[in-house]
Amino acid sequence: MLRSATTWLLVGQRLGIAAITLVIVSFAVFFATELLPGDVAEILLGQSATPEAVAGLRTAMGLDEPAFTRFLSWLAGLAQGDLGMSYANNMAVADLLAGRLANTLRLAGIVTLVCVPLALTLGIAAAMWRGSLLDRAVSMLTISVISVPEFMVATLAVLIFAVWLDWLPALSYGVNVDSLGAMLRAYAMPVITLTFVVSAQMIRMTRAAVIETINTPYVEMALLKGASRRRMVLRHALPNALGPIANAVALSLSYLVGGVIIVETVFNYPGVAKLMVDAVATRDLPLIQSCAMIFCISYLLLITLADVIAMLSNPRLRR
Amino acid sequence: MSEPLVCVRDLRIGAVTDAKRKVEIIRGVSFDIAPGEIVALIGESGSGKTTIALSLMGHARTGCAIQGGTIRVGRHDVTGMTEGQRAALRGTEVSYVPQSAAAAFNPSQRIMDQVVEVTAIHRLMPRAKAEAKARELFRALALPDPDRIGNRYPHQVSGGQLQRLSAAMALIGDPQLVIFDEPTTALDVTTQIEVLRAFRSVMAKGGMAGVYVSHDLAVVAQIADRIIVLRGGEVQEEGTTEQILNAPAHPYTRQLLDAFEPVPHVSATPAERARPILRVDDLCAGYGVIRDGKPAAKVLQNVSLQLERGRNLGVIGESGSGKSTLARAIAGILPCYRGDMLLDGEVLNPDLRQRSKDQLRRVQIVFQLADTALNPAQSVGAILGRPLTFYHGLKGAARDARVAELLEMVHLPTALRHRLPSELSGGQKQRVNLARALAAEPELILCDEITSALDTVVAAAILDLLKELQRELGLSYMFISHDLSTVEAICDEVLVMLKGRVVEALPAARMSADATHPYSRLLISSIPKLDTGWLKGLEQDPELVAQFANR
Amino acid sequence: MSLPLRIPTPARLGYSFNWAGRIGLAVILFWVVIALIGPWITPYAPGDMVDWNYFGPVNGQFWMGTDYLGRDILSRVIMGARYTVGIAAAAVVLACAGGVILGMIAGVTGGWFDMLLSRLLDAFNGIPSLLFGLVVVAAVGSSIPVLILTLAVIYLPGSYRFARALAVNVNTMDFVTVARARGEGFGHIILREVFPNILGPVLADLGLRFVFIVLVLSGLSFLGLGVQPPNADWGGLVRENIEGLSLGAPAVIFPSVAIASLTISVNMFIDNLPTRIRDRSE
Repeated sequence: MLRSATTWLLVGQRLGIAAITLVIVSFAVFFATELLPGDVAEILLGQSATPEAVAGLRTAMGLDEPAFTRFLSWLAGLAQGDLGMSYANNMAVADLLAGRLANTLRLAGIVTLVCVPLALTLGIAAAMWRGSLLDRAVSMLTISVISVPEFMVATLAVLIFAVWLDWLPALSYGVNVDSLGAMLRAYAMPVITLTFVVSAQMIRMTRAAVIETINTPYVEMALLKGASRRRMVLRHALPNALGPIANAVALSLSYLVGGVIIVETVFNYPGVAKLMVDAVATRDLPLIQSCAMIFCISYLLLITLADVIAMLSNPRLRR
Repeated sequence: MSEPLVCVRDLRIGAVTDAKRKVEIIRGVSFDIAPGEIVALIGESGSGKTTIALSLMGHARTGCAIQGGTIRVGRHDVTGMTEGQRAALRGTEVSYVPQSAAAAFNPSQRIMDQVVEVTAIHRLMPRAKAEAKARELFRALALPDPDRIGNRYPHQVSGGQLQRLSAAMALIGDPQLVIFDEPTTALDVTTQIEVLRAFRSVMAKGGMAGVYVSHDLAVVAQIADRIIVLRGGEVQEEGTTEQILNAPAHPYTRQLLDAFEPVPHVSATPAERARPILRVDDLCAGYGVIRDGKPAAKVLQNVSLQLERGRNLGVIGESGSGKSTLARAIAGILPCYRGDMLLDGEVLNPDLRQRSKDQLRRVQIVFQLADTALNPAQSVGAILGRPLTFYHGLKGAARDARVAELLEMVHLPTALRHRLPSELSGGQKQRVNLARALAAEPELILCDEITSALDTVVAAAILDLLKELQRELGLSYMFISHDLSTVEAICDEVLVMLKGRVVEALPAARMSADATHPYSRLLISSIPKLDTGWLKGLEQDPELVAQFANR
Repeated sequence: MSLPLRIPTPARLGYSFNWAGRIGLAVILFWVVIALIGPWITPYAPGDMVDWNYFGPVNGQFWMGTDYLGRDILSRVIMGARYTVGIAAAAVVLACAGGVILGMIAGVTGGWFDMLLSRLLDAFNGIPSLLFGLVVVAAVGSSIPVLILTLAVIYLPGSYRFARALAVNVNTMDFVTVARARGEGFGHIILREVFPNILGPVLADLGLRFVFIVLVLSGLSFLGLGVQPPNADWGGLVRENIEGLSLGAPAVIFPSVAIASLTISVNMFIDNLPTRIRDRSE
């Protein structure tokens, strides 16, 4: 479809805002980790270190320079893919991350593929037959899931599928992934847990978005033309709910970020989140910074994408 | 009369309120409609006119349900049908023209898709034939560019055109009965005429029966054969249009008609030679980013006016003419960027923050919607008490006594001061709204469409109150309205505004006779009259219409 | 006689709560009371090892069994309520108070102040909440004031955004214009005209935000980054005792149930508020 120049202008503006946000976020991440902890060199060398050793390390790490200079060089490094060295095991952060990132992306990708169709179907169906048995059951289930912490969903999943039913292994790694079946089984627990967490949000938001459009005069008009309920929802409500639904999907997928931290820990899944939680335990700041930036960037990408889709689906901006 | 097309007997419709209380909103209504006859349902807000009209399609809005009685349309018993059977009826036997076509068109579909949708839903004819028929209807409804207008999206055509397109949408399925739900209420008067004409001609050509829901007797007089007067969900009177207009039997009908009759205004005081209370010279105001001392959107341009003490100035114009902006600029809410304002000879700063407390007190503004003009979290007493404390430093018992006085002045019981605005009726709210302005003891009150949202009878009472207060307190009003009869009833002079400029100043009593500017003439001639032959006899210069009316 | 400022309460407008709302409210009040009187009703000192048998079963002596060190679970759950409810309540009050005050000022003033603040706080909203918690705890270590402040900072931007949207809405209403035309100052407009009209939705929003905070707090504690041993909030209790699951010990169930009962109750209560109060104009 053709878009007018104003639409592209708005989209450009949105992307600009995202870029500015990214700078502010990286600023926050950097200073939260760099300024607050007192002295990194002291932490690294332990309490028994001599003041001379600490001072030497400080100079070596460039900690004597002003914070803002360090922020700029850190930012420049990030832009070139140089994520710094890990304190804990003296490896390049980029190398540590490489394999882990692929694992996390694979997990997130599978969850997205399962979640989006499932949640959209259930959300739209619940809105279409509002007040029906299906709607009430879905509402009860989703409100329960969003009301409990992710680790409880994970624990319950383990209890049901691994302990009682004994279908699936409780941990995803450590088992042999030599056949397709084994691989499916290995991923099943984290995927099931995340799917519950993410799709509960998505279903609720999709349902709300569709119901809001169903309550508009033009959908009532369709009813008064003799349209069936299916036609009212699919032909008249849905196309106009596209923007809000895109928003709902993106916002819910961003729950992946929080969910993945818990799920990777519970199931001992070797992804970025697990790496980050471990890094927090060892106070490995460069690693924490990089992980945090990865999550912030993906979160920002999702939100921006949703906003852009919402803009493009606005019929008033059509030429 | 032959066998009636529609037969409604003892219709009862119930609703559930927010507090889960059950109320009956339609209480045993019965009427018939003959084939080809147009029947008007007249009533004020809350009379149940739209609810009855929708029930003819077997539809009840959320929270409402048909609880008793029978509705027969043609051979169909609507009340006894399943939802599926009702759907089959809608669009083919009975169709609907909504109040706001702008809201009733799906913004994401082309107009043609929506107009021919009825034929697709009910499988009446192939798409190409349906589109040809739609174009024919567009032509019959006098729409511009009938061959291509269907390719546009709803937001790309004007309000008056959308309203006619929604009629095409209703007529495509060749229904026997068309329901018009206040279809011209949201339109400007000059636009309304064209739409009414179009409706009349297609209904007459097609020989269809119609139900016309409206609160406006003058509009209904142009199109209906018979009128049913409703109040509180009950039929008050039923009769032919001529009989209702000329020989009303029911007192309520007479009240409605009386409220409609303009009461010529007799000036309270003769024009004084002394200083005018308000003098405005060359006023320019607008919204948006200010560049080179001028805002991006210039709304008011070079407006000058003068209001003598004790007299009233009316400002009329259609939506977008800048009449409300004028009130805001004078009140200092929207500071003007050029021009001078003199209050009783004293210079008024454009920005209200630079004005003295006494200047602020002397000019008060009253807004159209009492619903949003009164703070919903404050009691009536607190709303009226605040300006007393603010301007006059009144506290405690003195303030309470003055609040009681103010309530009496606007004819409200003093016990009302403990109520919240949400517990008052529309007319009561507007009285409190007025009393708050009076609390300041002003000399000039700017009234921005203060009767427009009210039912006719209530509005007439408010006008009477305004006149009475003027006699007692020597006030001056600047009265902004799109309704000429209201302005005629209260003003001495009238300014006609068009696109931010004053085109003409006229004495209120001789508006139609004295108007010379073509736009004023067009506007004044477009006001419907309580006369069944008015629309038929109305002749307007098409060039004038093309020039000024935003159809 | 004075002219009281009267806020429309549910009862005065003729609303009543349905059974789900009432149950929700009852459970919320129950946990609040437990949190308040906790130290006086614990059957054992929550830190004492009272049973030689770790992961002990439910019995007459230990109503909820014992944990991995043989401590009484009932006592620890009661004390956990203090941490979970207390920290979350303090954080949510801070977040909402800050958010609402800034939101009203921005919404009513508009202009560059509004623009700047909105952009900045939107950017903060761009950081996932659990992640932000992780980073801060990694940097400064975990203590109760740090937790409260961190959680408040995480949820302040959302509260700001919500309150600002409401305030912008109210600000365009004619009664505010009338007050302004009367010559009223900024303080009067914010406190008397705007605030009473956004209070209902703001309180409902506070409830929902409380749930989020409880969840993030529990998540942090579950990762071992929340309340530090030997003390434990409910999330911490789950972490301590989750290994008991494979032994069939009941220890982990009770703190889990406590979290779920609190959060589900708040959601139930908010969901069943009368629409006019809950009405979100965002």
